[in-house]
Amino acid sequence: MSSLLGWIDDRFPLTKMWNEHLAQYYAPKNFNFWYFFGSLALMVLVIQIISGIFLTMHYKPDSHLAFGSVEFIMRDVPYGWLIRYIHTTGASAFFVVVYLHMFRALLYGSFKKPRELLWLFGMFIYLALMAEAFMGYLLPWGQMSYWGAQVITSLFGAIPVIGNDLLTWIRGDFVIGDATLNRFFALHVIALPLVLIFLVIAHILALHEVGSNNPDGIEIKKNKDANGIPLDGIPFHPYYTVKDIVGVVVFLFFFAIVIFYIPAGGGFLLEDNNFIPANALKTPAEISPLWYFTPFYAILRAVPDKLLGVGTMGASIVILFLLPWIDRCKVKSIRYRSAIYKVNLTIFIISFGALAYLGMHPVTLTNTMLSRLFSFLYFAFFIVLFITSKNESTKPVPDRVTS
Amino acid sequence: MKKTLLTLFMSSLLACFSLAGSVPAFAEEGVHLDKAPINISDKASLRRGAKIFAENCFSCHSAKFMRFNRIAKDLDMSKSDVRKMMIFTRDAKGAPTKIGAVMKVAMDAAYQKRAFGTTVPDLSVEARARGADWLYTYLRSFYIDPSRPTGANNAVFPKVGMPNILWKQQGLQKAVYKTIVQEDGVKANVIDHMEIVVPGNLNQVQFDKYTADLVNFMVYLAEPIQNVRRSMGWKVLGFLVILFVFAYMLKKEYWKDVHH
Repeated sequence: MSSLLGWIDDRFPLTKMWNEHLAQYYAPKNFNFWYFFGSLALMVLVIQIISGIFLTMHYKPDSHLAFGSVEFIMRDVPYGWLIRYIHTTGASAFFVVVYLHMFRALLYGSFKKPRELLWLFGMFIYLALMAEAFMGYLLPWGQMSYWGAQVITSLFGAIPVIGNDLLTWIRGDFVIGDATLNRFFALHVIALPLVLIFLVIAHILALHEVGSNNPDGIEIKKNKDANGIPLDGIPFHPYYTVKDIVGVVVFLFFFAIVIFYIPAGGGFLLEDNNFIPANALKTPAEISPLWYFTPFYAILRAVPDKLLGVGTMGASIVILFLLPWIDRCKVKSIRYRSAIYKVNLTIFIISFGALAYLGMHPVTLTNTMLSRLFSFLYFAFFIVLFITSKNESTKPVPDRVTS
Repeated sequence: MKKTLLTLFMSSLLACFSLAGSVPAFAEEGVHLDKAPINISDKASLRRGAKIFAENCFSCHSAKFMRFNRIAKDLDMSKSDVRKMMIFTRDAKGAPTKIGAVMKVAMDAAYQKRAFGTTVPDLSVEARARGADWLYTYLRSFYIDPSRPTGANNAVFPKVGMPNILWKQQGLQKAVYKTIVQEDGVKANVIDHMEIVVPGNLNQVQFDKYTADLVNFMVYLAEPIQNVRRSMGWKVLGFLVILFVFAYMLKKEYWKDVHH
């Protein structure tokens, strides 16, 4: 066995990689609840890829056959229903864990120097994930698939001069049609998953280069023993592998509850309207995107002008990329930051939740006014942060991690 | 503060789920929907529902993603019973449609358009699109309206193309209106309740049960696997609970030498 390993190690850095990324990668020993979601996101990615491969074996990307092929997966393919529910639930689960993972970064300043690039890779993953989810949602070819895609792609039409031509180029037709379904299928099953995998590798490599942050927001590499091992660090394997297994089991428990007992998720995972085949001549009364897009959809609808709305929605995502440079406070963790930051972050989270709620409900006068208020508060977070973080009155940060 | 943030974040996520999930099922016109008294694991009810479906719906409405033999298997019926009960069509060769075939109807789209002014929707997943309560209320809400080509209108789906197909069972009912003052101050006539004017073969209690059996079958039809899914679920959850105990003990064992 060891001679086989030696044979491989002479030709491929297997043991070296194992040590660098697992057995001798030292992670802070004080990770808490929030640190489960990175490894969970990786697991959900694997779940989505594997379930997706099996769905691809039976799905037909053809506007006449797509809806029926999904129903035959649900009825005639052995365990097809299970594979499909895993995939549809997995899509939402992906966003749940990614949102919690991103919130963790806001809590403990994990995007700050030297982790700016790590944050940027993460944001690109988030962006690719949104594209992946959006294109995947067209594939069942139900009414909500069709009209959701129609509305969201039409946003490109708001761009001056090139808008209309760009829109036709993206759709491959003047409306969403067979051509769109085929290209979204190609992008969903191969192009974007490849991008996602490369970005995830870059994200992990960047993390292992700079080392993990922790709830105290201090660099464990500053305190090393005689062998150069961080005093507050423990090898990722076996300590965090066994800990993450516990997290995985708990996650799978909730995942299984949804799959086996509430697979449609009250219309959140599978919308009622999507059980009606796509019909280009019948616009549903209410078109709303899936829950993970609704905060941005609410921002879009809050602005009266279409182009300006698209711009504001774009800005609400772009501004997240700039977070490492907007937050100028040297102290990373919320544990040692000022009350201003705590209040500011709380308002931000409330605004994000409120926008998510407003984005999934019909436009009324009250809803629009509320959307405007919370859109303003969403952006206000970054402005207040930029102004107050420069000379924030912070608490003293300990030298070593606390529990 | 940390706990507050966590609670806020979780509760806002949960609120989003529960709020939209609990929006009561209202029809387009704001008609209140009755709760459908159905039980998906009641196979006798499903068998009655299948018979009602075959006798009343299945001449115009297809269920083209469902196979006849699946019904036989899931509802504990023999293939010959299912054949007698619901296979009325013949295949291209002129032989009776095979038990393994999908549930199509003989009526084509062009004829449907001429007869009803629209194509007739396939009912394979109708219960998932509309919901059981909508179907249950809709099927009991036809009323006499001479202005309609079929002589009937529907309180849940106004100006529906479908005729009042269950009139023999339910009888004919008329709508009784009341006047309300709308938010903008304009008065409007809305349907208050229905009154049977010509009695049917069934009384109201019997007809409600009859409709519930049909809706029960349609809910089954929309997701035939659902009983298997639910019974598989607790086994998976049970396994995960046991796995959790071992995973947690393994973690404890490894982590006892990590000092905080």
